[in-house]
Amino acid sequence: MSGLTFRKKAEPEERLDLSPLVPARLAGLAAKDIAALPIGLTRRGLVVDDVFTIAGDDPAAIRFEGGSHRFDRIGEAMAAGDITVDGDVGVRLGRAMAGGTITVNGTAGDDAGSAMAGGVIAISGDAGDRLGGPFAGEMTGMKGGTITVGGHAGARAGDRMRRGVIAIAGDAAGDLGSRMIAGTIVVGGTTAATPGRLMKRGTLFLCGGVDHLAPTFLDNGPADLLILKVMADAFAEGAVGPVPFAGKMMRRLGGDTAVLGLGEIFLPI
Amino acid sequence: MSGVGETMVVNGVEIDDSFAEAFPMAGTAIEITAINEKWALEAARSMTGFATSVIACGCEGGIDRLLSPDETRDGRPGVRVLFFSFDAGGLEKQVTTRLGQCILTSPTSACFADFDGEETIDLGNAIRYFADGWQISKKFEGKHFWRMPVMEGEFLCEAKTGITTNGVGGGNLLLMARSTPQALAACEIAIEAMRKVPGVIMPFPGGIVRSGSKVGGKYKGMMASTNDAYCPTLKAVTRSELTPEIGSVLEIVIDGLSAEAVADAMRVGIKAVTDLGPVEGAIRIGAGNYGGNLGPHHFHLKDLLP
Repeated sequence: MSGLTFRKKAEPEERLDLSPLVPARLAGLAAKDIAALPIGLTRRGLVVDDVFTIAGDDPAAIRFEGGSHRFDRIGEAMAAGDITVDGDVGVRLGRAMAGGTITVNGTAGDDAGSAMAGGVIAISGDAGDRLGGPFAGEMTGMKGGTITVGGHAGARAGDRMRRGVIAIAGDAAGDLGSRMIAGTIVVGGTTAATPGRLMKRGTLFLCGGVDHLAPTFLDNGPADLLILKVMADAFAEGAVGPVPFAGKMMRRLGGDTAVLGLGEIFLPI
Repeated sequence: MSGVGETMVVNGVEIDDSFAEAFPMAGTAIEITAINEKWALEAARSMTGFATSVIACGCEGGIDRLLSPDETRDGRPGVRVLFFSFDAGGLEKQVTTRLGQCILTSPTSACFADFDGEETIDLGNAIRYFADGWQISKKFEGKHFWRMPVMEGEFLCEAKTGITTNGVGGGNLLLMARSTPQALAACEIAIEAMRKVPGVIMPFPGGIVRSGSKVGGKYKGMMASTNDAYCPTLKAVTRSELTPEIGSVLEIVIDGLSAEAVADAMRVGIKAVTDLGPVEGAIRIGAGNYGGNLGPHHFHLKDLLP
C-alpha cells in the first residue's frame, strides 16, 4: 500500500472544507467514493474529484501535493495517522485533533490546533492568529499535544491553553498565552506586548525577549532550575526539537497576579 | 530448614543440596540525582535506611547502583534505589513517606521514576501539597513532573513511578565458616560481586545479616525469632544444621525486580565465595527455606553452581 495522495489540479475558486479527508473517515472507502466526497462550501457543490487527482490507497498516510490558503479544516478531529501538506493551508488546521501527526510544509491560517487534545502539528512556515486557542464560547483552548511553528505566530497563540506544548521558532504577535490555564509555550524570536495576560498557570519561554510585559508579572530573579534542563532535553528528543533556552540561565517572572498568579515567564538574562 | 541432602564441593567449599525459598513482592525503582555523587548517595542512603526487613520496616530497600551523569534524566550524578513490599499499597506508603522525609529534604536532590510498569504508585503526586499551593505541574513528552518551591530552590519530582508485582523477596545464601572473620570475608566478596547484578538489592547492613531468623518463636506474638539451627553457640543444645567445625554463619538476603535477577545475584555470589575458597572464607554454603510450602520461588543451589 502507498499513502493516499491528493494532488491539487488547480487553485480552487472557493474555500474548501477538507475535514472529511482524515484517516478514520477515509478508511474502507473506495477511490470512487472518496472522489465523490463533498468539500465545497458554496452551492456549486465541489467534490474531491473536482479539485484533486487521487493516487495511492493507504488512508493512514495522507498527502496533499500542493496546498492553498483555501484548504480549511485539514485534519480536523483526527485521532490517528499522518497527514502531510506540501504547501499552505487555510484555517482550523487540526482543530480538535486527538492524535496522529499533521505536517505542513508551508503556512497555516487562523485557529490551527484549536482545542486540540493530542497529536503533533508541525508547521514549517507561519501560523495565523489564535494558534492552539479556543473558539468563541469554548472554555479551553489546546488541551494536549504539540504544535511547532517554524516561522512566526499570530496574535493570541495559546489563548486559554490547558495543556500541551507550543514551540514557535520565530516571533509571536500580541497577547501570547492570554488567559492561559496551563501548558508550555516556547518562543524563539521576539514576543509582542503583554504575553501571558490573565494567565493562571503555565510556562512561557520568551527566548528572544519581549516588547512589553504587563505590570502584574513580578520578577523572581535569575532561575537556575533543573526543570529547564529536563524540559530542554525532553523537547530535543521529541517532536519539539532543540529549544533556544537549552543550557541558558533564565530570569523568572511570576504572574499574572491580576488573577491566580501561578504562571511563569522565563526571559533570557 | 529442609532439603539438606548430599552436598557438592566446589573449590573446597561444600554446597548444600538445598534451596532458597522466596516470595512475590511488589517492587519499584527510583532514580535519585543530586549536584554530585556525594549528595545523591546521602539522599539514597537516607531513603533506604531502616528498610532491612518488610516485617518490621514496612518495606525492604537498598541501592541498586550508581548512575553516571549520562545515564540520568537531568544529567547529574545519580543513584538507582529499589524498594519492595508485600503489595502496591504498602509499597506506595513507604516510598512516599521516605520520599517526603529523605529526598525532598536532601540538598539539591531530584527524584525520577526508574521502572516502567503497567501499575503505578505516586511519587510527587503524594507529596506535592507540601508546597502549600505553590506546586507546579508540568506535563510534556509523555512525562508528568511536580515542581515544588523549597528554601534551597526548587524540588523536581516525577509524579508517579511504575511498579512490578513480579518482584521477588527473600532470595538468600547462608555462608558458613570456621570463624566470624572468615564468614565476613566470604560475605563481603560475595556482596561486591552481587552488587554488579542489575535489579537486585541486598537490604541488610552492608548487604549482610548476622541474625537470620526462623518463622515464629516460643513467645506469643513473635513473627520471627533467631534461627537457632544455624547458631553456632547452640550446636549442642538444639537441632543444629551445623557441623562441629563451623564457628560462624552470616546470611545474604536478596530482593530483585525479577526471579531471574535474584538467581543471577545468587549465582555470582556463590561463584565469588567458591573462588575465595575455604581457607580465607566459607567452608560451606547453604540456603534458607521453609520446606518449600510457603514461597513459590525456589532457588536450588545446585542449579546456580559456577
